[in-house]
Amino acid sequence: METDNLISVQQFCIHHNVEFAFINSLNEYGLIEVTTVEETQYIYKGQLKDLEKMIRMHYELDINIEGIDAISHLLNRVDDLHTELTSLKNKLRLYENE
Amino acid sequence: MDFIDYYKILELDKNASTDDIKKAYRKLARKHHPDLNPNDATAKKKFQEINEANEVLSDPEKRKKYDKYGKDWKNAEHFENAEKQQQQYGGFQGQQGGAESFGEHDFSDFFSSMFGGAGGGRSGGQAKYRGQDFNAELHLDLKDVYTTHKQTLTVNGKSIRLTIPAGVENGQTIKIAGHGSEGVNGGPNGDLYITFSVTNHTKFKRDGNNLYSTVDLNLYTAVLGGEIMIDTFDGKVKLNIKPETPNGTKVKLKGNGFPVYKKEGEFGDLFITYQLTTPTNLTEKEKELFTELSKLNKNGN
Repeated sequence: METDNLISVQQFCIHHNVEFAFINSLNEYGLIEVTTVEETQYIYKGQLKDLEKMIRMHYELDINIEGIDAISHLLNRVDDLHTELTSLKNKLRLYENE
Repeated sequence: MDFIDYYKILELDKNASTDDIKKAYRKLARKHHPDLNPNDATAKKKFQEINEANEVLSDPEKRKKYDKYGKDWKNAEHFENAEKQQQQYGGFQGQQGGAESFGEHDFSDFFSSMFGGAGGGRSGGQAKYRGQDFNAELHLDLKDVYTTHKQTLTVNGKSIRLTIPAGVENGQTIKIAGHGSEGVNGGPNGDLYITFSVTNHTKFKRDGNNLYSTVDLNLYTAVLGGEIMIDTFDGKVKLNIKPETPNGTKVKLKGNGFPVYKKEGEFGDLFITYQLTTPTNLTEKEKELFTELSKLNKNGN
């Protein structure tokens, strides 16, 4: 399997100075997806932005995994609402200057 | 450049212990951190202030210097020189973090003047960090987004040739992977996020893939029926008008709307509303005929 879009969890933990258990917990909570290729665990590059955000929450803001889980859900909700708001603003234009 | 009261920013008094500073910082950082306040410029600015205050007050050396010179910071360098710069404030040039990381903040002129540069974040040796994301806004006209087109943008001095698919929405954001700032220590590049601001100077109103337009219909055509030519977004089309068409009648022209985003060849619909126009400047003959008509149908319906 191609590993171009994957980053080894071990390497990631070393470079970011985070414990493997933390990554494992995020995986267990379904906040990231860890995949195994030839007995090596990887994360997808596309998840890096969210993962780094979660690391900042945990290590710099002292937020535990449950908190990160709740915040992630709420941020997704904020994102959805933002999209809906943009769509409604565009729709509102239909009735402006009538 | 004004003096900044770091204690006030962290809502602390000058006797605050290291633990008090840590607690105050974390409490305020959780409230204002950009990760928790996406797209909020006020929160970002506030967070930068909090971070800068923490950078100084949580570091015993920096705090000592800040407390010592305080409002007299402009002369700090002079005083320092007088003391032969016994020691330099090392360790402040930390790893630069990824987007919105603690290691990547704009520090005030006051901070730079007093401490000479950016502070360090949480870093572990030669940590690899993903590059910072860039955000850009691209202003386009509705006519521009009717067709897929290429456009060259300059972002942070680099030219990026971009294909803008037909049908992008006003306010829509697209991600251009890897076109943010370069990663640190071999980390992947950040991404470029482009938000489209689409202005509409046409007579058509847009709702998603559908277009709406009002077309004038003269009384005679409305009453007797006939044919009219109307404008679509990219041309003209002939419409048959049924006799006795009421004012405000809506018709749907299937497939004459706006292109569907990333679905080549698919279009929304165009909705036309007829608006009857009353004849004006009637001649005597016309008035006579209308009078005659009104006698035939006194209620006018």
